[in-house]
Amino acid sequence: MRSFIIKEFYHIFRDIRSMVVLFGMPVIQVLLFGFALSTEIKNAPVAIIDQSNDQVTRAITSKLLSSGFFILSDQVPGEGHIDEVFRRGKVKEVIIFESDFSKKLEKDHRAGIQLIADASDPNTANLLVSYTSAIILDYQQEYLKGMSLPLTVKTESQMMYNPALKSVFMFVPGVITILLMLITAMMTSISIAREKELGTMEILLVSPMRPIQIIAGKVLPYVLLAFSNAVIILLLSYFVLGMPVKGSLFLLLAESLLFIIMALSLGIFISTVSKSQQMAMMLSMFALMLPTILLSGFIFPIENMPLPLQVISNLMPPRWFIIIVKSIMIKGLGFQYIWKETLIIAGMALFFIALSIKKFKIRLE
Amino acid sequence: MKIIEVENLVKKFGNFVANDHLTFSVDEGEIYGFLGANGAGKTTAMKILCGLSAPTSGKVLVAGYDVYTQTEMIKKRIGYMSQRFSLFEDLSVWENFQFFGGIYGLPAAKIRERTTELLGRLGLESEKNQILGSLPLGWKQKLAFSVAIIHQPSIVFLDEPTGGVDPITRRQFWEIIYETANQGITVFVTTHYMDEAEYCRRVSIMADGKIVALDTPANLKAKYQAANIEEVFLKIARG
Repeated sequence: MRSFIIKEFYHIFRDIRSMVVLFGMPVIQVLLFGFALSTEIKNAPVAIIDQSNDQVTRAITSKLLSSGFFILSDQVPGEGHIDEVFRRGKVKEVIIFESDFSKKLEKDHRAGIQLIADASDPNTANLLVSYTSAIILDYQQEYLKGMSLPLTVKTESQMMYNPALKSVFMFVPGVITILLMLITAMMTSISIAREKELGTMEILLVSPMRPIQIIAGKVLPYVLLAFSNAVIILLLSYFVLGMPVKGSLFLLLAESLLFIIMALSLGIFISTVSKSQQMAMMLSMFALMLPTILLSGFIFPIENMPLPLQVISNLMPPRWFIIIVKSIMIKGLGFQYIWKETLIIAGMALFFIALSIKKFKIRLE
Repeated sequence: MKIIEVENLVKKFGNFVANDHLTFSVDEGEIYGFLGANGAGKTTAMKILCGLSAPTSGKVLVAGYDVYTQTEMIKKRIGYMSQRFSLFEDLSVWENFQFFGGIYGLPAAKIRERTTELLGRLGLESEKNQILGSLPLGWKQKLAFSVAIIHQPSIVFLDEPTGGVDPITRRQFWEIIYETANQGITVFVTTHYMDEAEYCRRVSIMADGKIVALDTPANLKAKYQAANIEEVFLKIARG
């Protein structure tokens, strides 16, 4: 058993491809998702057409521009040129103050601001408009200070757990999940398939080693590697991306270990049904990667999916692990809140282990 | 003493009968050749003897153990070298020996002793730190054979061991097989090189899942009035 594990480490450390997948990919992915794929808006170019240019409009303009979300791009000469500006792609949003803004505000207690956003990118357009409205509303409240209106409904919203709405909070749990899933399931399935392809599996099966020992010998090194990967990802997200760990670190690591074991048993299962390394790779890419990304709730909210997909997403192990990671890292919840998800993952692990042991035996017949 | 006893061995895959009532036995310490064309059922029979595959019916004893119930005991007593070359290409010669010694449960000192001894016999001590993938095929094949006997099994099964190597290396390979047999290890070898059959003490010839001839090479040649085993084989094949 010991010699088996040593041998497996030789395989991994001598293969540049495996090394890159094991250690390069996590770092790159975490940094990519953390920095490049941000859904926050920073410095969006906007144009402002101020037809009254008075004290109030200037105050609102400076409040908008000092928020950090917007920067003022080229001046737009007039309303007739808005189309052209959008077409050139120079600005994402145009803000238009109507003429005699402050006079109307004093006299009629109402004045109009028009927001026009480039909705060829609908998410950004939505965000821009809501950011702008929020800032204008904020100004309005300051302006009204002192005066009291007869009746106002005031909504006060609070963003729990992630007050700054940082997208890192959303991505890190997803990235950890995808990486653990991919590395462990893909690497184990490929390494077992390689032994089959090269014929060394036959030699192992003729030896006095039991199938369960062979599998354990192949898998243990990957448990260690995947676990150290999980630690690397957590360190990166903590120190580089500023992701907090509010709950128990021990619980988080224990849950990661459970998830790794689940992914490994899935990898073993894939290898028992595939005859070559290529097939194992394709199976893990298409059968694991895409559903993991699309159906786990990592990017697309499960609540918005049509019912059949929602049902299928229940079968995706990553879905449950993402919930666990979010609960521990962001909400700081304890085990009593995630035991159900834990149980589901443990059940899936048992299922795949039982299935692959059965498959493995059949192959010996 | 018989080290392998097979009576009426049948192996079916669905309707296809790969081994049709095979009966033969192998004496301890002999070199036994298992000949036949591709697809005659040689590899299937060998896999059953190694405990890799279960027979459909018939009695099979290897080293005194039953293949139906005692495969674990059999596996400790046998060595196996497969048709496809099968050591780890990305490990060094030394590491391969360490690994295979390890999975047979040999203590570290014993592995070192056997490795040194076997490499010495091949004259490959100086290559022990070479990565296996960089060595020529003939050497790899000899190394694979040495690995198969690292745990000093009672029987070693060789499945077409000399496929794809040059005549000189084949010759050397057979010298090593002889040395091994002289140490009391029984050698069970399948091949489709008919000239190699002459090196065996006894051979059986398989066709369509049946054993159609079984005797010493000299007796077979006399019986079929042939100059060599190849002729014997062709006469049998033509019926």
